[in-house]
Amino acid sequence: MNPQTATTLLELRDLRTVFHTARGALTAVNGVNLSLHEGEVLGLVGESGSGKSVTLRSILRLVRPPGKVSGTVLWRGTNLLELPESRLRKVRGGEISMIFQEPMTALNPVLNIGEQITETLQEHTNLSSQDRNARATELLELVGIPSPKERLKDFPHQFSGGMRQRAMIAIALASNPKLLLADEPTTALDVTIQDQILKLLLRLKDTLGMGVILVTHDLGVVAQTCDRVAVMYAGRIVEVAPASELFAQPRHAYTLGLLNSVPGAQSTRRPLIPIPGAPPNLANLPPGCPFSPRCPYVTNACKLEQPALQAISSTRLSACIHFDRLEPVNAQPPPEVQP
Amino acid sequence: MKPSDHTPIMRVRDLTKTFPVASSGLDRVRGLPAKSVKALTGVSLDLLRGETLGIVGESGCGKSTLARCLVRLYDADSGTLEYDGTNVLGLRGKNLRSYNRRVQMVFQDPFSSLNPRMTVGQVLNEALAVHRLRSSREIPGRIQELLELVGLPKDASERLPHEFSGGQRQRIGIARALSVEPETLIADELVSALDVSVQAQVVNLLLELQERLHLTVMFVAHDLRLVRHISHRVAVMYLGRIVELSSTEKLFSSPEHPYTQALLRAAPDLDPSRKNTLEAVHGELPSPLNPPSGCAFHPRCPKAFERCTLEVPKLEARGLEGHESACFLYEPSSKFKLNLNLLEKP
Amino acid sequence: MAAPSLVAAQTSSRTRVRLKPSLIAGIVIIGSLVIMALVPNLVAPYSPTNFDYQAVLQAPSIKHPFGTDNFGRDVLSRVIWGAQVDMQIALFTTLFPFVFGTLVGAMTGYYGRWLDAIFGRIVDIVVTFPFLVLVIAIVALLGPGLNNMFIAVSAVGWITYGRLVRGEILTQKKAEYALAGRVMGYTASRIIFRHLLPNAITPAVVYWMTDMALGILLGSSLGYLGLGAQPPTAEWGVIIADGKNFMTTAWWISTFPGLAITVAGIGFSLLGDGLADLLRPKG
Repeated sequence: MNPQTATTLLELRDLRTVFHTARGALTAVNGVNLSLHEGEVLGLVGESGSGKSVTLRSILRLVRPPGKVSGTVLWRGTNLLELPESRLRKVRGGEISMIFQEPMTALNPVLNIGEQITETLQEHTNLSSQDRNARATELLELVGIPSPKERLKDFPHQFSGGMRQRAMIAIALASNPKLLLADEPTTALDVTIQDQILKLLLRLKDTLGMGVILVTHDLGVVAQTCDRVAVMYAGRIVEVAPASELFAQPRHAYTLGLLNSVPGAQSTRRPLIPIPGAPPNLANLPPGCPFSPRCPYVTNACKLEQPALQAISSTRLSACIHFDRLEPVNAQPPPEVQP
Repeated sequence: MKPSDHTPIMRVRDLTKTFPVASSGLDRVRGLPAKSVKALTGVSLDLLRGETLGIVGESGCGKSTLARCLVRLYDADSGTLEYDGTNVLGLRGKNLRSYNRRVQMVFQDPFSSLNPRMTVGQVLNEALAVHRLRSSREIPGRIQELLELVGLPKDASERLPHEFSGGQRQRIGIARALSVEPETLIADELVSALDVSVQAQVVNLLLELQERLHLTVMFVAHDLRLVRHISHRVAVMYLGRIVELSSTEKLFSSPEHPYTQALLRAAPDLDPSRKNTLEAVHGELPSPLNPPSGCAFHPRCPKAFERCTLEVPKLEARGLEGHESACFLYEPSSKFKLNLNLLEKP
Repeated sequence: MAAPSLVAAQTSSRTRVRLKPSLIAGIVIIGSLVIMALVPNLVAPYSPTNFDYQAVLQAPSIKHPFGTDNFGRDVLSRVIWGAQVDMQIALFTTLFPFVFGTLVGAMTGYYGRWLDAIFGRIVDIVVTFPFLVLVIAIVALLGPGLNNMFIAVSAVGWITYGRLVRGEILTQKKAEYALAGRVMGYTASRIIFRHLLPNAITPAVVYWMTDMALGILLGSSLGYLGLGAQPPTAEWGVIIADGKNFMTTAWWISTFPGLAITVAGIGFSLLGDGLADLLRPKG
């Protein structure tokens, strides 16, 4: 993927999602700028509270009050945030589909899978009712559900976890989307099933030519599926890079910390290098870089001003002022902080 | 770092546990037999003094049930469980209490594993007072010691669980278990609910405590990377049985059982250059309500043959010493060994 | 991912106990009723039983804000003295059910098996009868009067608490902290009383408040029917019954005790809601 030549499919500009609660405003997404190219799988990684899921939901304005989304979500020339609800509905589940972590709660338990697929087809295509049934069978086959014709009449509870996730993907694909938003689609699944679903997603992306934004906390999943990765921390994007470059050498202290926290293949029973402290409290962020209280590279400059996300090479962005001082992954932690 | 010696401290033989499943009224009218889930079907293993034994497997494999049977939260249906020479399954009352003092458990969920109405100090005080491990005058000092041991701030004892982060709550759970000075710790998905960066902190704590207190640890988890990092030996479970048991090194470098191989291939590698576009294994996890005949893995196994559908393979050494697996592809070690390139990709 | 973190962000900051206005209203209402019940002689302007034939069936005025009844008794004073009887009714129709029901619920929930089966059968039997009919039947058997009414209501009322607590204990005992208690080698009674009950009792306490309001309604209904408190005792239901013949000419006799019952009911409801909030564990 070369960002210069690929066409931009979706662009987020200064996306901001604020939850106005009784205890004050919580900024879950804080000025996110991001673009997705056609046919690209973009990973959005971060820990709990990083704002990755809210970012994904904000794209389709699926944030419930007291949440408020502002900024620009540019989808093929139109700003989705300014689109009237009736036109947004055509985009939602039409050009842009979404799949979730818990298929059981995302599927309607009282409708059979066939009805749920044809419902989407009815909403977003002009197919006749007979064609809709044929298409529904086709879709189940596409996502690898055996004997699809018979399973159309089954209800969600008759499917296993992996099969439910496949059914949800089939529903999402019914409208021929150009973009699939996947919110931790494999987190609730077992490893061997996760592997199947991720490979299915990659295969579908290639055959259908979709862009995919994959939200996950699992670095292994990112490494195996994403072309490009955006790392989020405390509602901000702190690093964007092609996956191969990111895993080879992170250019943000937080990304480095994350990769160091994961046990590598060789380091059996040696202490890991954790990130000290706990993920940040959105209600109480420090001034300057939000990662500074946990960062081994912190200097005074980090605490003064929030570093901006800047291009550090033709392919990479980082919001770390020490991006060129970072050690390789799994090296020993840097010497004690110099003032 | 090797386990200090190789004598088994806990011996598990043929442990079986079945859970009845409530059948619907309709099923009863139809006269269908009562359903049950076979969570464990004949599990045998030794836990060696001073080692960390990892137990991995996917949901429904019985790893949590095994952990709970070992601390007697569940009563096994049959089989034997010996700890330091005593039969544990028959213990009652006072004897069971003193067994539990020696074999403790740390739980998975940082939110529900602590009583929301008791401060950390009350939790630890209760444990120390009930087991009469310290006189009431010594208790406050001991509580401070325990807090320091697990890396919690001094003022933690006055606070309620909701004031702590997930990682800190797991530390409280560890402190509670350690308060009774156990020899063996059973950790059931200790860090799986935590963020990656915090997982590493708790893993380090566990490694450090094991060293300092000479603990024997059974680490139950679904995360292969973690289990590999922590364990001296690893047992892989599938549908209520151990299918492979070996030293960590051998298990990860030359897995024998096709399920272990599939599991290792399915775990996403951190290196993007090592992408694999083929599925590691086809098919779904079978339902424990209705397990397949013979080897439970045979419907998904690319190498299955007729015998696999008829007979249950025994877990025994089939190749190298100390590397046990339950697969007919390998003859028991005394006999001729099949020369198959078992690591080739399907 | 975001939702739990927002919750965490809200709860991790130290929270002070802040009382909601509705809870304060509940406390004020029930507090005043309790004061009336404890020292009616200091609050009421007149004796509740003194006949005054000079002032029969007088409409509400400055001198008699709630008017007087057909014997010239001051209705305000009777309502205030009635609080004493009705608060007693609220307490004694519910205290035994609350305590006994909670114990039974905790035991059946924790131990299950045959204990649970017996409890289940008792529940099945009792719920097939309408509550009021069952109580009236028992009172009719024992004879009218407050004490017999308490016995009748208690005999039936504990079932509800038992079911509530049993259900809560069933969920709580599966929580990992309860399992941890067992692995720590704690006795069943320690686990039930120190660990499970504090986390399981809130719905029962909240229901208790509602139940006190229901108790007053029941007590005054029985009083009205002549099965509860006996005249001339000033009890709200009895006062309403006293005024029933004068409904068209002297509305105030029945209306004010009726209002008193309503206000007490609202007070207990507000108190119950507020307590539910207050007792919910943080985090």
